[in-house]
Amino acid sequence: MELNDLLNHTSEWLKDTGPHADIVLSSRIRLARNLDKVPFPHWANKKQSEQALKTINEALVNVEFLKKALFLKLADLDSIDKQFLVERHLMSLEHAQRTDHKAVVIDEEERVAIMVNEEDHIRMQYMQSGFNLFDAWNNINKIDDSLANELHFAFLSDWGYLTACPTNAGTGMRGSVMLHLPALVMSGQINRVLAALAKLSFTTRGLYGEGTQATGNFFQVSNQVSLGHGEGEIIENINGIINQIITQENQARETMLARNKAALEDKINRSLGILKSAHIITSQETIELLSMVRLGCDLGMIKELNRRTINELFIITQPAHLQKIENKKLSAQERDVKRAELIRNKLMM
Amino acid sequence: MLCDICGKNPATVHLTEIIDDQMSELHLCEECAHQKSLQMEQQFGLSDLLAGLVEFEKPVKDTEPVGVKCSSCGLSYADFKKIGRLGCGECYNAFRKYLGVLLKKIHGSNQHVGKSPLKVTKVLKKKIDLQELRRRLQQAIEMEAFEEAAKIRDQLRELEKKSAQGDNEAKE
Ligand SMILES: [Zn+2]
Ligand SMILES: [Zn+2]
Repeated sequence: MELNDLLNHTSEWLKDTGPHADIVLSSRIRLARNLDKVPFPHWANKKQSEQALKTINEALVNVEFLKKALFLKLADLDSIDKQFLVERHLMSLEHAQRTDHKAVVIDEEERVAIMVNEEDHIRMQYMQSGFNLFDAWNNINKIDDSLANELHFAFLSDWGYLTACPTNAGTGMRGSVMLHLPALVMSGQINRVLAALAKLSFTTRGLYGEGTQATGNFFQVSNQVSLGHGEGEIIENINGIINQIITQENQARETMLARNKAALEDKINRSLGILKSAHIITSQETIELLSMVRLGCDLGMIKELNRRTINELFIITQPAHLQKIENKKLSAQERDVKRAELIRNKLMM
Repeated sequence: MLCDICGKNPATVHLTEIIDDQMSELHLCEECAHQKSLQMEQQFGLSDLLAGLVEFEKPVKDTEPVGVKCSSCGLSYADFKKIGRLGCGECYNAFRKYLGVLLKKIHGSNQHVGKSPLKVTKVLKKKIDLQELRRRLQQAIEMEAFEEAAKIRDQLRELEKKSAQGDNEAKE
């Protein structure tokens, strides 16, 4: 497999197959691990980093699950390729920025992505469609087990897995779900939800745009605490709160339908209309309109499209994806034109 | 992950900004996020979200020994305070006294209860050894190498006995 093969591939997490895939776009478990007796990446010298990368790579090639995986050294990638992987959620922005002695390993279905020499020596994630954290945990846990057979991880029985930043110590685990909450945003209830999440020690990432508006109504919720609770307990905590948010979003949707169905239907169909006819469109406007169209699919107001197509459009309309598709560097203005063209083509099919 | 602004406190508010199609990320602690929210008063959701976060503790005045160094990687406690990251796994032992307090502050606990790599490795290794011995025993029997088979069978019994003990230890 090669990097460019991903371009014609739909990531597992976009496939709209898992439980509650209407509201929960994706679930992800990430584990942080470090090699014992080896300085953490930010503190290691060139030789130590090289050696760590080599040791970890040798262990990774022996993992059954990664038989067909793509092994990429970041030093070999240009800036568009790196941005492309960030847009697909296969690596972090931080990983893309300083690239010496770094690698990323991606399985052929884009479920597993393993960053080598990011903040920690190993950051491995399992990501899939829908509300499915336990499943993701079981899968990444197996990969962690096979790596633990080959590598000696930095670990203390009282403090667990040792990480570069003490905020990740213990299980080294972050569970996160990507939520689509248009009704809670439109009805003005989202602030209350976000404040409650923060009070309960959950971290929320919103996607904020240039202006003053939230973009696309997407929120990623994850656990903040990684020490003192077992992995299963942490996941149960996340599941508990996410189930409540799903219920609230559904209630908000019902209320909106009951109060002013026509206005909602109007907004949703106008959004689709703009996407189908625009000739210049920014990525921010795209995300906002796609969010409305996605809601339209959930509510059965739009039948000509499925959510998987919409999920894919969120990703392939981003800057690096457009440039990979066109196979050349494009200015922001050129991208806005190409983006509109791509969307029109996809929606006419 | 520590705060991008002060580098001291854990980052709990994460913002992704898209400016001119370029993504950038900002990771803030509650304190800095609160200050930033004053600048972003109009920004959607943020000020309200952050209003819920004002009850944070003021950090206690430093009494930490900034000069202490990790003998394994050379990072000093002062380095850690400055960059917000430790140098290696051994640092956790070198700064144990101070990190215990910090971990408790961050996580509300400083006792790990999750998975451990040691058990996994030991148990899995035993399993693999057992499988390998059984395979060799089968092979020896098939080849009618009975002396060899008897030897392997003894090894297998020995390992199974140890494995059973190990399981009991693990349960205790
Ligand atoms: Zn701060
Ligand atoms: Zn150290």
